[in-house]
Amino acid sequence: MTTVLTLAYLLAAVLFILGLKQLSSPRTARNGNYTAAAGMVIALGATVPQLHFTGAGAIIVLIGVIVGAAVGTIGARRVKMTAIPQMVALFNGAGGGAAALVAVSELLKFGSHPPIAEALPSVFSIVIGSVSFAGSLVAFAKLQELMTGTPITYPGQQLVNGLIAAAIIGFVIAVLAIASIPFSFLSLMVLALILGVAFVLPIGGADMPVVISLLNAFTGLAVAASGFTLNNFSLIVAGTLVGASGSLLTKLMSDAMGRSLGNVLFGAFGQVRATSGAVAGKEGRSVRTSSIEDLATLLAYSRRVIIVPGYGLAVAQAQHAVRELADLLEKKGVEVNYAIHPVAGRMPGHMNVLLAEANVPYEQLKEMDEINDEFKDADVVLVVGANDVVNPAARNTPGSPIYGMPILNADQAKNIVFMKRSMRPGFAGIDNDLLYDPKTIMLFGDAKDSLTKLVNAVKAA
Amino acid sequence: MNNELLNEFTIFVLAIFVGFEVISKVPTILHTPLMSGTNAIHGIILVGAILIAAGANSPVTIVLGLVAVTLATTNVVGGFVVTDRMLEMFKGRQAQPNTPETAKPK
Repeated sequence: MTTVLTLAYLLAAVLFILGLKQLSSPRTARNGNYTAAAGMVIALGATVPQLHFTGAGAIIVLIGVIVGAAVGTIGARRVKMTAIPQMVALFNGAGGGAAALVAVSELLKFGSHPPIAEALPSVFSIVIGSVSFAGSLVAFAKLQELMTGTPITYPGQQLVNGLIAAAIIGFVIAVLAIASIPFSFLSLMVLALILGVAFVLPIGGADMPVVISLLNAFTGLAVAASGFTLNNFSLIVAGTLVGASGSLLTKLMSDAMGRSLGNVLFGAFGQVRATSGAVAGKEGRSVRTSSIEDLATLLAYSRRVIIVPGYGLAVAQAQHAVRELADLLEKKGVEVNYAIHPVAGRMPGHMNVLLAEANVPYEQLKEMDEINDEFKDADVVLVVGANDVVNPAARNTPGSPIYGMPILNADQAKNIVFMKRSMRPGFAGIDNDLLYDPKTIMLFGDAKDSLTKLVNAVKAA
Repeated sequence: MNNELLNEFTIFVLAIFVGFEVISKVPTILHTPLMSGTNAIHGIILVGAILIAAGANSPVTIVLGLVAVTLATTNVVGGFVVTDRMLEMFKGRQAQPNTPETAKPK
């Protein structure tokens, strides 16, 4: 490496670190993203002039960059705010796939007996990159509802996954010790892709944010490993930074859900079936519904209303309608606040972003710890498309998959109004006792629809 | 172990510590943007993809290089743009006229 290139990579690494630091604070976060992007431009700009392109090489780099930039920009610009988590999963999968392919290309160059210092990071990158690629696609499919969000399990699943992992280890040894031939490392890649799918299938949709974060850290490590193979410092530093910070972030996210990472990834939902069998007798309980007009009166003559937004609000694009209702109630002298659960929506921070889009005043958005003591003084809690985050089972039912997750104390309010499309359980796939509470009124239908009707009724009240 | 590998390993270990340290105090509302931002940073694999694609001279290396560069560019560009879109919302909220000065930063 030339001196210029080395210094450019050092500068890029510094910018990545500063960018991450800025991203950790709300005021500087946006600049942090630009800082990191500047680091990327510098690393790329320093690399390209040093290379000797073959004719074909120049063409494929040009085509690849144009196509990738177009896909990335259009995807990122067009995606609805509600679908951002799965978009991040797709971009992450792309990075993982690229890391694996880079490693494959390097192994091809070395012939059948590559030096161990190159071969070891290469097989690591192939395995982890492929797992990340396939796992991210499954996470995308689950969140995009191309497939069921409920955990997919079958008898002997652990055994099958164990066998796949064992086969991968076998091929790793084969590549390292016997011969690095295309057959062996392509088999390795296919097995790792299968493992990626098998790894994410048994994890429920509600846990996807944690999984995406983990796969993000995986891709970082795969990139670092590719850096070892290519003897490229920028890849090692940036990949490792992401691997480490991504692992920590994954832990912070599962902590916010009151779960351990191991519990999220393995067997978290293993015990569920036993418990749900036991409570099956509760079927057929009745729920209370009410007319829009009665609800409007109840709301208009309350003193304090707390709105609990959830994913249902996001899919119905009801953030503007909910704000209209809140404004109307405030005009009538009702105190309105929003209670934001740390994992409301599908990702931490998701709800804040959506409500900010609808210009909901910042000071009305209350975090869980801030507002949990106020529920007992609230006349009405309006739960819009949320479910698991107000499910008392998290407090009361040991053995429930969400047991131990911190929840909003919506059950302590004088009245609870649930806006839901149906009695279908939430993303965690479990029943919510609060729906059957005598204080609870159900309002079935699309959240935006119901809110609009409610707004008109409140105007008339 | 040769010298170069030792140097790389040193950097690797130090980068782990920096990575942990740099985000140790991050508020919940920034978890998603931060994940998305780190996602864009590992798009640095584009440097690696261009390195291998530059010397492509056989059908196999051409296909591998093309796919790797395309995927990596998608990762970089999409990652930074989508992160910016998320953070744009945060800024919009603070610049709002009906947000009084009392709005406290998290």
